[in-house]
Amino acid sequence: MSETIKFTIDGKECQGTKGQLLVDAAADNGVYIPILCHMRDLIPAGSCRMCTVKVNGRNMAACTTPAEEGMAIENNTPEFLDIRKAIVEMLFVEGNHFCPACEKSGNCDLQALGYKYQMMVPRFPYAFERREIDATTPKIFLERNRCIFCKRCVRVIKDEEGRSIFAFKGRGTTLEINIDRKLAATMTDEMAQKAMDICPVGCILKKEIGFVTPIGQRKYDTMPIGSDIENNHQ
Amino acid sequence: MSQKVTIEPVTRVEGHGKVTIHLDDNMNVAQTRLHIVEFRGFERFVQGRPYWEAPVLVQRLCGICPVSHHLAAAKALDVIVGAGTGHGLTATGEKMRRLMHYGQMFQSHALHFFHLASPDFLLGYDADPAIRNVIGVAINFPELATQGVLMRKFGQEIIEHTAGKKIHGTGAIPGGINKNLTIEERDIFLKGADPMNIDKMIDWADGALQFFKGYYMKNRDFVDGFAYFPSNHLSLVRKDGALDLYHGVLRAVDANGNKILDDVDYQDYYNYIEEEVKNWSYMKFPYLTHIGKEKGWYRVGPLARLNTADFIPSPKAQKEFEIYKAHTNGKPNNYCLHTHWARLIELLHAGEVLKELLLDPDLQKDDLVVKGKKGKEGVGLVEAPRGTLFHHYRIDDNDAIEMANLIVSTTNNNEPMNQSVNFVAKNMMNGQAVITEPMKNAVEIAIRAYDPCLSCATHALGKMPLDIKLYDANGVEMDHYKS
Repeated sequence: MSETIKFTIDGKECQGTKGQLLVDAAADNGVYIPILCHMRDLIPAGSCRMCTVKVNGRNMAACTTPAEEGMAIENNTPEFLDIRKAIVEMLFVEGNHFCPACEKSGNCDLQALGYKYQMMVPRFPYAFERREIDATTPKIFLERNRCIFCKRCVRVIKDEEGRSIFAFKGRGTTLEINIDRKLAATMTDEMAQKAMDICPVGCILKKEIGFVTPIGQRKYDTMPIGSDIENNHQ
Repeated sequence: MSQKVTIEPVTRVEGHGKVTIHLDDNMNVAQTRLHIVEFRGFERFVQGRPYWEAPVLVQRLCGICPVSHHLAAAKALDVIVGAGTGHGLTATGEKMRRLMHYGQMFQSHALHFFHLASPDFLLGYDADPAIRNVIGVAINFPELATQGVLMRKFGQEIIEHTAGKKIHGTGAIPGGINKNLTIEERDIFLKGADPMNIDKMIDWADGALQFFKGYYMKNRDFVDGFAYFPSNHLSLVRKDGALDLYHGVLRAVDANGNKILDDVDYQDYYNYIEEEVKNWSYMKFPYLTHIGKEKGWYRVGPLARLNTADFIPSPKAQKEFEIYKAHTNGKPNNYCLHTHWARLIELLHAGEVLKELLLDPDLQKDDLVVKGKKGKEGVGLVEAPRGTLFHHYRIDDNDAIEMANLIVSTTNNNEPMNQSVNFVAKNMMNGQAVITEPMKNAVEIAIRAYDPCLSCATHALGKMPLDIKLYDANGVEMDHYKS
């Protein structure tokens, strides 16, 4: 039987199970810790660092840190609000994100976090990287300009034999998301839609359809990101 | 001593242009040019983008009438996704788009008349520029100014409920539309509290039209004598010759009313229209191929539309159309400032069409999108507030756009605007050594009749962003006016 533990987030007393990832335990207690690369029940990647919190005085990624008895976690402090805003800004300047014409606008986690942290003008210079688009597969339009290297697609979208359809290629500044053309040819419409849905930005687009959800009915049109977690525990 | 007058900047759709006027040794106008010095580049950077993104991306070309670009692109993509042209969509798809388009037409025409053109008519084209603006109208004619603001608001809210946003929405998608109109949304416009309902809007549109006609009767010599020149006229018309701003076939008439293009499927527009490039402007010069560069240029917009159409399919506007046509004995109207008259008839028509659409139960149905056999190429045309707008796309095997050609209304009116500037310059500047305020504004009035986007910049808050310099033959500045 799982061992119940107690910890605090910004002074709020919380309960969870020992070993549960902090980000999930926080969500179960109605505390939203922002995420981009993390998905519940998926092996953590810890790549985006949006979920950075202070645990017992030390900065940790909440998506890779197991909850322990007695942890004192700082989440919504001025320091972390600014750190997270800086991370969002870095992600925006690193890629080429043009929300006005992006079909993921309104459903985009990165855009939603930009609004949440009231990003106006990034404090960092734009990189204006040249990234190639891959539109050669039947179902997916891979818009690399928007990739934030969260690795969700690599971890989630697999064929019947468990082989990843997406993969990283290169290292450091040459890192890029790729799609296996042979495996991609076997993708169903449902798989393509799932790949688009789990992508937290507008990098993976399902072909031949876009903008089908009217403005006003999109995911973040009516409620800010994280409010579903916070509202469920009020 | 020959001289060159430069008016810079005047602005284009949302950019900048300039006017140069060359005077010969006798101080007579030798040459005038409206230069478009802005470079847009949308045709290039849409290449490589997924085709279904075009209606949302390309509409960013303009903040004044983005609905036109949104719909023209969507209509081109209807062809690519196999939904056909015009009536190939579901009834709900087509009528929601029409509602969006006529809503835009209503707000844009109201904006142009009340905010941009009316200061010249209400306050006088030679009035002090400090008051000859929308603020001056608001102070001196508060009731009219209020009507202008609310009519624009009404049209913008129609756009919001069809496209999702007042500016740069996403409603039209390849093969249809992404939403219908609920009963509650419909009743906002049909049963809104006074004055925000369609019946009041139609009354106000009619009032604006009657005001202009009254102005015209008192200032007939000025209106008729300002920048009159014969030209060809081109627009879409419905298959039966009716005025239709959303869909139809291409028709062109010459200055005498002879049809020089008729019943042309716009998918084949490139067989009939070519564009000439001139080295002094980034804007091309379209012309009818079979007539040639010299005489094949044409006007588009309200004046042209009422010259090509046989009738207007709404009762009040049709009655006004008959009065308007009688003025020229049924022949094409080539009076530049009558564009305002034509625009206000279209404003009234747009109001009537909006009411007819709002009463149509097809808007509440759920069959929104159709698709068929996919193709590689499509052309979409609409009559934008300022004239015929062409969008042409070709996609590659990977669903990416590989070619885009846009001929926007302002481009179609390039040569006519140059003609008008030339006319005004010759009539008002011949023999003059110093630029006066009425001369300067006359140039603007000539341009403003065609394209309110230019007026937007020049009339905003009473500040014309004009920089006019007068040079002698040696390039020495003789006179300089800066607003």
